[in-house]
This record gives sequence, structure tokens and C-alpha cells, in this order.
Amino acid sequence: MAITGLKRVVITGLGPVTPIGLGAAAYAEAQRAGKSGIAAITHFDTSSTASKIAGEVNESLDAYIDPREARKMDRYVQLALAAADLAVADSGLSAEELRGERTGTLLGSGIGGVKTFEDQSRVLVERGAGRISPMFIPMMIANMASGHVSMRFGVTGPSSTVVTACATGTGAIGDAARYIQLGLADVMIAGGSEAAITPIAIGGFSNMKALSTRNDDPQTASRPFAAGRDGFVLGEGAGVVILEEYEKAKARGATIYAEVVGYGTSADAHHITMPAPEGRGAQVAMRMALATAGVNPDQVGYINAHGTSTHFNDLHETQGIKAVFGDHAHKLAVSSTKSMTGHLLGAAGAIEAIAVAQALRDGILPPTINLAGDEDPALDLDYIPEGARETQVEYALSNSFAFGGQNAALLLRRV
Amino acid sequence: MATFDDVKEVIVEKLGVDAEKVTPEARFVEDLGADSLETVELIMGLEDKFGVTISDEDAESIRTVQAAVSFIEGKQ
Repeated sequence: MAITGLKRVVITGLGPVTPIGLGAAAYAEAQRAGKSGIAAITHFDTSSTASKIAGEVNESLDAYIDPREARKMDRYVQLALAAADLAVADSGLSAEELRGERTGTLLGSGIGGVKTFEDQSRVLVERGAGRISPMFIPMMIANMASGHVSMRFGVTGPSSTVVTACATGTGAIGDAARYIQLGLADVMIAGGSEAAITPIAIGGFSNMKALSTRNDDPQTASRPFAAGRDGFVLGEGAGVVILEEYEKAKARGATIYAEVVGYGTSADAHHITMPAPEGRGAQVAMRMALATAGVNPDQVGYINAHGTSTHFNDLHETQGIKAVFGDHAHKLAVSSTKSMTGHLLGAAGAIEAIAVAQALRDGILPPTINLAGDEDPALDLDYIPEGARETQVEYALSNSFAFGGQNAALLLRRV
Repeated sequence: MATFDDVKEVIVEKLGVDAEKVTPEARFVEDLGADSLETVELIMGLEDKFGVTISDEDAESIRTVQAAVSFIEGKQ
């Protein structure tokens, strides 16, 4: 399945906006320290929601967006713009180098402007349709992160949006890489963002019994692969990467974090929210990512798991990894950085791709926190429970699985 | 002046402009940079603030800060 004649794609800029830090350096440092970004929700009054904890981004975004402009953007767009700014700055690409039709935008969101939707729904009920803000639609729609980022940087190349729930960030980066592989763009600004810490979203996820209710101990609530896991913890934020055609990146002396070598997607065709037994759909995506790169399973040294901290995800993902990697599953390392950040839904895959790129470049694998001492006997892979680990791997995989049964896996290589 | 100050407050909020730019002669589109959506937001904001109804036809004719002030004072 390895496709030949394609351009090579590398990651040359990182823009993480996460509950454990803004910017590549702060994010890497927090992962090494095993820092939790989970705390009591401050965005709204949680007296009526079962889950009262989340991973919020509480730093001011004023440095990235004029507060007067921000007023016309849903928070998911504000977070995306901050991440895009950070990624562009990190890449060293100038405004002139970026501008024009050889740079594209592919940013996704799992939901889009849910806070805007919630606010305007209240207006509708209380005051009628005649009082709905004219900004409602342009603030709420899920393609607006790509729209605003294209406007900010004057980039007019390929543009699209991925909306595959929790697989969005991975899908956006994978899809964006294809445009460069095919020669349709030299640079893609790609990633995902999410701002769903609102009563309607927390209420909805809570009532699915998807969220942890370990409200009295927030920092240990996101505990992927642990016996005591009781659901995921919602996070907000954005992750944007600069993807660049390899020869052009090399020619300008760019810092290259990693190469995007493989990408796979699939559908479980099983259930709206439950993963397929043994991660069958996930296996298809992982195998496709390996096959498109022409890489054997035993070459992979690290997997950044979807690892949500729900009973079924962690079980079926573990089974799926064992099915794809065989005996090698016990030799490679697996971790879930959601243990630190919480689950950023549409941004998750993007900040996790950033974590993988950093792991490959720095030779440090991020840990799964909150697992040591609470191992689940049914889950027996090496989840890096002891803390960040100094190990240089050549290939690393990043998994993302979504409601709707959509799966995505991205394979990166050290350069 | 009371009406002017209240109108100014709505304009500053809805158009995100500096208060000193909001002079009686200032035109919403040409001087204050309002686009079509912001113009609608502004009219709705004025309706809310002053408890008045501004028809689409009236809204068309309200192109300056002074026009807004005069319209509202005429309604009160």
C-alpha cells in the first residue's frame, strides 16, 4: 500500500495551547514533569452537572487576539488562532513566505462553537428568533478556525475542515499532509481546536456516563489504563502544526521536529459511541498508517494512545494494539498524555501529534500519570507509568478514535 | 447629551471602536468600519438599550451617530 512518488512532509512548527501549557517549550516541560492540568471548572457554575472538573486554559489570549476582535469569535476559534500564531512563530516562516496560494489551512473542531450555540439558544427561548445575533452563524460554524487562520496569514491555498469528533486533530494533520504529498501546497497550517467546557456539553457528556466524577481529586481523575478509571475528563485548547514539504524546509534550514510518514483512517461500523470489540476498527487505521509508510510493526517504538480513561476505550485500544503489533506490543511503549491534559476532543489528536513530534526530537517519551499503583490486570502493556522516560525511538504512532466509530492514526518518524 | 453617551456606549461595544472616534458626525460604515453584520448588531443593540423598535427601512437611513441619536430621541 506504500504509495510512491509523493513529496515528503515534515513538521516544522508546533503550536500547543493546552491545559498544561501554551507553546512548545512549556508543553514539553509539563509533560516531562508529569503535570496535571485538571482542576475544578471555573468557566461556569457546576452546581447542576455531575462532572465538575476539566482541563481549562486559563491564560489570557490577549497577546494573540485583540479583545475587540475576540468578541466576534467563539472561544474555539480564539484558541485556534493562538495555536496558529504559536506554530507560525515556532516555524520561523515569515509572513511573506507564508502568504499566498502555496500555503493552506486545515483546522478542525469536534463540535465547533458550542458556547455560542448555547448562548443564542437561550436568546431564542427567552426573546425569540428576532433577537438572534447576526454573528451567531459565523461564530458557531465548525469551519471558522480554518477561515480565520487563512485571513490572519493571507494564505489562499488548499483549505478544508475535518469534523470527526475526537479523531479530528489527527485527521486534520493527516489530511493536510496529503496536500503537500501531492504537490498541491508547500506549507499547511493544520490542527484542531475545542472549547466545550460549557454546561450543555458537560451535561451531555455527563449523562452519557462518559465523564469522570472524581470531583474531589481533579488531578488524579484522568487515569488512562488504571483500574480505578471512571471516565474521561474534558479539556479545552488547540493544537496547530506547520507541515512543510521536506526539501523546502531543508533548504531554508528549518527546525524539523519529525516527518509525517503514515496515516490511516477507518470506521468501526459498529455503534454510535461504543468502540468495536478488540478495537477492530482501530486496527484498520493503525495498519493503514503502517502500510502507507511501508513500516513494519516492530519498527515502532512508541504509541501515543487515544487512552481516554474510559473503561471500554482503554480495554479495546490495548487489545487492538496487541492484535496489530503481536509480540512487539509488549516491547514498545504506550502512553496517554490525556492523563495530564484531559481529553480535548477535536484538539486532542493535534496536541498529541505535537507530543509525539517532541518525543521523537527530544528522545523523551511522555508518561501516563495516575497509573502507578493502580494497574488494571487486564491491561498489561508498558504504559510508562513511572514518569517521562529517556528513550530514543525512530517511529511513533498517534491514535485517535471518535464517537461515530471513526478512527485515525498518524505515524511519525524521527528526522 | 445623555442619549449621545448611551448611544456611544452601544457603538463602542458592538463595533469595537475607540470611544474618541465616536463623534456625532461619524458614519458607521465609512468612519467606524462597520460591516453588514455589525450594522445589524448595532441596530439590535440600540433597540435593546433604548427599548425601541427600529424597522429595516429606518435602519437603512441611520448612517451616522447623530442620526441614531435623533431617531432615538424622536421615539422617546
